[in-house]
Amino acid sequence: MAQIEVKKLNLSYGDFHALIDIDLSIETRMITAMIGPSGCGKSTLLRVFNRMNDLIEGVNITGQVLIEGNDILNHKADLIVLRKEVGMVFQRPNPFPLSIYDNITFGPRVHGTKNKKILDEIVRTSLEDVLLWDELKDKLHRSALRLSLEQQQRLCIARLTAVKPKILLMDEPCSALDPVATQNIEELFNKLKNEYTIVIVTHNMQQAARISQRAGFMLLGELVEFGDTRRIFTAPADKRTEDYITGRFG
Amino acid sequence: MNPRLTQRIAFAILLICTLIVIVPVLLIVAMIIKNGAGAISWEFLTTMPRAGMKEGGIFPAIVGTLYLVFGAVLFALPLGVFASVYLTEYARDNYFTRLVKLAIVNLAGVPSVIYGLFGLGLFVTFLHFGTSIISGSLTLGIMILPVIITASREALDSVPRSFREVSLSLGGSKWQTIKRVVIPNALPGILTGTVLGVSRAAGETAPILFTVAAFYLPRLPNSPFDQVMALPYHLYVLSTQVPNVKSSITYGTALVLITIVLLMNLFAIIIRSRFRRRKRW
Repeated sequence: MAQIEVKKLNLSYGDFHALIDIDLSIETRMITAMIGPSGCGKSTLLRVFNRMNDLIEGVNITGQVLIEGNDILNHKADLIVLRKEVGMVFQRPNPFPLSIYDNITFGPRVHGTKNKKILDEIVRTSLEDVLLWDELKDKLHRSALRLSLEQQQRLCIARLTAVKPKILLMDEPCSALDPVATQNIEELFNKLKNEYTIVIVTHNMQQAARISQRAGFMLLGELVEFGDTRRIFTAPADKRTEDYITGRFG
Repeated sequence: MNPRLTQRIAFAILLICTLIVIVPVLLIVAMIIKNGAGAISWEFLTTMPRAGMKEGGIFPAIVGTLYLVFGAVLFALPLGVFASVYLTEYARDNYFTRLVKLAIVNLAGVPSVIYGLFGLGLFVTFLHFGTSIISGSLTLGIMILPVIITASREALDSVPRSFREVSLSLGGSKWQTIKRVVIPNALPGILTGTVLGVSRAAGETAPILFTVAAFYLPRLPNSPFDQVMALPYHLYVLSTQVPNVKSSITYGTALVLITIVLLMNLFAIIIRSRFRRRKRW
């Protein structure tokens, strides 16, 4: 079943045409990876799904993006509701300079949960989601900035699952991590896809091949090819995709 | 010329310039302490002036200055913080906003006597507050507004963009983001700016001259509409208007005034350094 349906999406900043006629559909509870050289528009596309591009002045978007049937580009779309459903993990782990506990409860509090017992429970389940509970259960009131980078990135994912989204957008989530940490986080994604629809942007082709079920290759704002990950990597239909994944450019 | 020699000469010139800057400051402080320390006593700090200010203490002037400063902060801090939040977070970056920002920076350079006359015109006369604590506080408040706004804007701007993005991406509204993320992280910077503004307000004579300061009023004020004595003005009066005042009283007053101002600056430095230690993004 398609969770995100993109139809004829175009996006430009001023004169720069960043996304050109994108059509694609992202399926529920799978990992979809978007690959392509830097500047190809993959992060911009990701930021359309939670409307984070709205923060930039002079952005012009046309087309349709349906999430569970609602057109999120509609100017009447409620961004607060949208972003609660569609969460994002950023390139660099970016915990707030607060305690681990306060980082995780930030989202639920913003959405009005005040009950201490419920918040405690959310902290527990969110840390369990990212396999940090056993490590951190006695250190919940320590500053999140004292964690390792990998733990920080896991915490950022826990902070996100605490608001119970349906879709997780990952913007190069491992680019600040070392290979071991990257491997651990990838294993975590594998577990998370049982509950969440995940869209991941990565410049790391091997990563896309390892973790995703669907993959899209983007180049200069166009979605060149999209489909089953194994097929994209073994039998790409487009010459440009083949050149990219065989390392002829990129 | 030998590069080692030129380097020596250059360093010597730089050192001399630095010394020229420091020496007067040290001299001022040393002179005031030398001549004023003898006057400082519990009695001097806590009793009313007597015999036409030639004897007794400076208690009402200390209290008056504290009231004025407190009133100025009460008025200028919320106004300044909210204005700077609007300017950094909400206002579009266009020609008009830039002009407003420039105007605010320039306001910090307006001579304080101008603020005094403005306060006289607006608060004392037009709004009929009279020469009173409220007129003086508002005048001082307006004077330190640009300092608070400029410091707050810098503090708000230095809160990393990623913090805002995270909050918004979790479904926080813009106002929640400002209230829960941006302002708390900017607060130390805002407070530092405020304390620096306040220490300036505490030492100014001109803005309070026409709006609040009493020449000789050996009692404490009963309401915000009373006049009060204030340290800077009292010092001015002692040095120029009253003949035959013991110099220790004058210097003692000066010592109390600079001690208050220096303590405030020290407080600002402590806030800032604590914040630096914590800040690791």
